[in-house]
Amino acid sequence: MNTKEIRRLFPILDQKVNGKPLVYLDNAATSQKPLSVIEALDRYYREYNSNVHRGVHTLGTKATDAYEGAREKVRRFINAKSTQEIIFTRGTTTALNMVATSYGRANLQEGDEIVITYMEHHSNLIPWQQAAKRTGATLKYIPLQADGTIDMKDVEATVTENTKIVAVAHVSNVLGTINPIKEIARVAHQRGAVIVVDAAQSAPHMKIDVQDLDCDFLAFSGHKMCGPTGIGVLYGKRELLEKMEPVEFGGEMIDFVELYESTWKELPWKFEGGTPIIAGAIGLGAAIDFLEEIGLDNIAAHEQELAQYALERLSAIEGLTIYGPKHRGGLVTFNIEGVHPHDVATVLDAEGIAVRAGHHCAQPLMKWLNVTATARASFYLYNTKEEIDQLADALQKTKEYFGHVF
Amino acid sequence: MSSNSPLDMLYRQVIMDHYKNPRNRGVLEGNSVDINMNNPTCGDRIHLTMKVEDGKIADVKFEGEGCSISMSSASMMTQAIKGKTVEEALKLATIFSDMMQGKEYDDDIDLGDIEALQGVSKFPARIKCATLAWKAMEKGLHQHH
Repeated sequence: MNTKEIRRLFPILDQKVNGKPLVYLDNAATSQKPLSVIEALDRYYREYNSNVHRGVHTLGTKATDAYEGAREKVRRFINAKSTQEIIFTRGTTTALNMVATSYGRANLQEGDEIVITYMEHHSNLIPWQQAAKRTGATLKYIPLQADGTIDMKDVEATVTENTKIVAVAHVSNVLGTINPIKEIARVAHQRGAVIVVDAAQSAPHMKIDVQDLDCDFLAFSGHKMCGPTGIGVLYGKRELLEKMEPVEFGGEMIDFVELYESTWKELPWKFEGGTPIIAGAIGLGAAIDFLEEIGLDNIAAHEQELAQYALERLSAIEGLTIYGPKHRGGLVTFNIEGVHPHDVATVLDAEGIAVRAGHHCAQPLMKWLNVTATARASFYLYNTKEEIDQLADALQKTKEYFGHVF
Repeated sequence: MSSNSPLDMLYRQVIMDHYKNPRNRGVLEGNSVDINMNNPTCGDRIHLTMKVEDGKIADVKFEGEGCSISMSSASMMTQAIKGKTVEEALKLATIFSDMMQGKEYDDDIDLGDIEALQGVSKFPARIKCATLAWKAMEKGLHQHH
């Protein structure tokens, strides 16, 4: 993979921040966009902006073809059986809420269990808290090992015959832990539960095969994988989606409307009420083209190299604690002893380095780690080892700076 | 990092001193104002207790967790309002808010250590860290009235 060439395709990376070349290490929050994605959005708005699925006119047909073409790209990207299983949503959060609201409330009752883990992002936690509250079901947590991984024995023990839904992150946005989805899915199915996968931190970085994982639902966001904001995907097995009620009602999703009754369109459109996210879907399609041209396996290997290099460089800094396992996705979450992560992030920003500081929308996990906040550097295909060197050097400076001002 | 860098204007010695040696730390027994506030986007939190007697803040203490800016600002705030009337404290809160927004503020009043926080206004992402304790104080005093 030629990182130099790739970086040229991302115009935003070529700039100075606070007088220093930008080092963008906040990719788990959102990724930057390549020219091809920016141009796809630009072309849609300049050349064929139109509503989809209704216009008889030429632009309407073009827009519909592009929108539905993007759906086929997504299907291929995650190896779903059919485009009927691909629903465009606003993002991962909306997708997970749809499952919790539509599938959850219809299939949960008192005595049932929902099982999640301590490492879930709030978006794969609060929808289940709410579903539990509304239905009387119990919310249970799979505990974590000291290194932030999940032991399959704990999965076996926590998921019972009463469990109806198991919802778990594919990759933790804080620890970087890569969860054994295939094995967890097997246990869930043995007990008669469905498995919902939050793939927000995996879909941008590794090849996803929903048939191989045998997951029932899977959600991810476009903006973390070189696509625009405001577009995401909910994958669901057709037999499950068919039985589910829409969450939103209105235009685009109906078949026949009478005064007191209506019927819904077939899949996937019954879940896409209102004018859909046309430009977003087209932009996501362009992002998928871009990622596939480089190759998800190449991207994964590049990030592995960066993550292992970052672990090596950062763990050499005295007083720096790294959270999470050795084998991980492309991110490193850490704290410097005696320096609050906000202060770390501010000093790094003065060096042109963008990292995230805070609780990363994972408050229960922060509690488990016994910290209130952490700093996180997260990598993507355009990051380099030189940037990790810059990060390590700046962290050393941060330590000295605060050592000095104290 | 030169000594006059924006970073040095942010992390002034006096701020670090308040961070390291917070004044008025703890929880007041027999308080008349007891308020918790947090910053949900970053996890900073403050627990502020005040004893208001005859329209004056007779005593004040804070507990909390957060970055150097939020905790030093809390420490300075308690120092500044102790012994002041409720009106004076609220006036200080307004001045502080103006200062954070880079607005002209009333400089007739001696701000003491608080002036050191002026550098925060150059760091938009950190303003909410500095204002947390002040917002808690304002809310607490308004509730008390």
